[in-house]
Amino acid sequence: MNSVKFLWAAYIATWLIHGFYIGSIVRRYGRLRQRMKDLRK
Amino acid sequence: MIAGGMKRAFPILSILTALLLAYAFYEALWVAPMERTMGDVQRIFYYHVPSAWTAFLLFSVNLVASVIYLVRRSAKADAVALVSAEVGVVFCTIVLVTGPIWARPVWGIWWTWDLRLTLTLVLWLIYVSYLVLRRFSDSSQTPKLAAVLAIFGALDVPLVYFSIWFFRTQHPQPVIGGGGSIDPRMLHVLLINWLAFSCFAFLVCWARYRLEWMQREVDEMEAVESLQGATR
Amino acid sequence: MSSLRSITLATLAKDIRLEWRSRDAINSMLFFSLLVVVIFSFSFDPNAEESREIAGGLIWVAFLFAAVVALNQTWARELRNQVLDAFRVSPAPANALFVAKALGNFVLVSLLEAVMAPLFMIFYNLRALGPAWQLIPVALLGTWALVVNGTFFAAMSLRTRSREIMLPLLLFPISIPAVQSMVEATRIILAGDGSARFWIILLLTYDVVFTTACLALFETILQAE
Repeated sequence: MNSVKFLWAAYIATWLIHGFYIGSIVRRYGRLRQRMKDLRK
Repeated sequence: MIAGGMKRAFPILSILTALLLAYAFYEALWVAPMERTMGDVQRIFYYHVPSAWTAFLLFSVNLVASVIYLVRRSAKADAVALVSAEVGVVFCTIVLVTGPIWARPVWGIWWTWDLRLTLTLVLWLIYVSYLVLRRFSDSSQTPKLAAVLAIFGALDVPLVYFSIWFFRTQHPQPVIGGGGSIDPRMLHVLLINWLAFSCFAFLVCWARYRLEWMQREVDEMEAVESLQGATR
Repeated sequence: MSSLRSITLATLAKDIRLEWRSRDAINSMLFFSLLVVVIFSFSFDPNAEESREIAGGLIWVAFLFAAVVALNQTWARELRNQVLDAFRVSPAPANALFVAKALGNFVLVSLLEAVMAPLFMIFYNLRALGPAWQLIPVALLGTWALVVNGTFFAAMSLRTRSREIMLPLLLFPISIPAVQSMVEATRIILAGDGSARFWIILLLTYDVVFTTACLALFETILQAE
């Protein structure tokens, strides 16, 4: 059935959005760690 | 704040939550019975509804944290408010994305003034404006302003609810997401997914909270550094 | 209590006097309101049958834009002359300042509406098929709903970047139930299609809730500047 496409779209969209957000947290975390190291020097 | 115990707990909980999410996913797609009228597409329900409940829960946390901040001026409360608002908006976005994706094949329309969906949209708007206020306000009093806005938002919610509810009695619209009684097997899968997403939300909030705390520490260190630089 | 009232009235009188002396701001707002009505008339063709259905929405959206223009200048004068600092230091209750500003805005926005409403009636050939007198409480309650929160959020936006965009950004989401009430009530009254009572009561509730919230929390955000 064609509508199963929508099912997958919804599930993928959900995890994409979560992925983006978690990715941004991880990236900021890395950058902050670096800045902290620089400041402590 | 970052005690050894907590550092160990986070990865363990992450793995447990991942397993729970995988199990919930399996249940949603293969164990839950197929809905008679809508078919497999209905399984979006197991992601759409728990996301909505989680978002509402997170916004409630934001309200409580905001009130605590106004009463006690606790920096921790403010950080919790910020984190719960951000993660709440993420889950809210998912509700607003999965809702139309579900509505389109089933009812042939992308949008309808469905009660939950519309309420979610308004909450999303209020909390995005909350986040914008936090980002654009560069005074040290941002936490206070944000907390006040959160209270205004909370006062607004029941009014929004009633206005949508009455509007729908005047202009009947499709209900997205099943009103009425629910098959107990479906309920079981729904609750499993809700548990899984709640644990997931908790972990994301925890990580974001740690990030926020670290950010504030770094900001303080930089402020001290620039002060020392100025007096040298 | 009477000092609250006298401070409020004094501030309000001062604002009206100052606005009257430099009528430029008001005149440009009036012209803006006229432009909004004309542009809407071009965009939404005023065919007699449909116009009654959508006019409620159009009028209030137009009022909303005019209100934002008026609200954005609420605290401009106070900012320029450090009046807010003076107020913070003085023993005068902050609420007096807020009520004066809100009332001043109410008068200003009502003036803009009084110009726009007849124009809408003319361009859209509007006639109320329902009880027209009900439009008055709708207009009063609706305008107050926008103005009370608008004045409050204008104060909150003072120390933000992009102050002018911050105000509508904060105001619009919170105002959604009020705007929906105004629009539905107006539509029902114009089309004579049922009773607008629920919407008027909801508007009244909205006004009571948020006027209380603004009065309770204004002191808090005033200290925050």
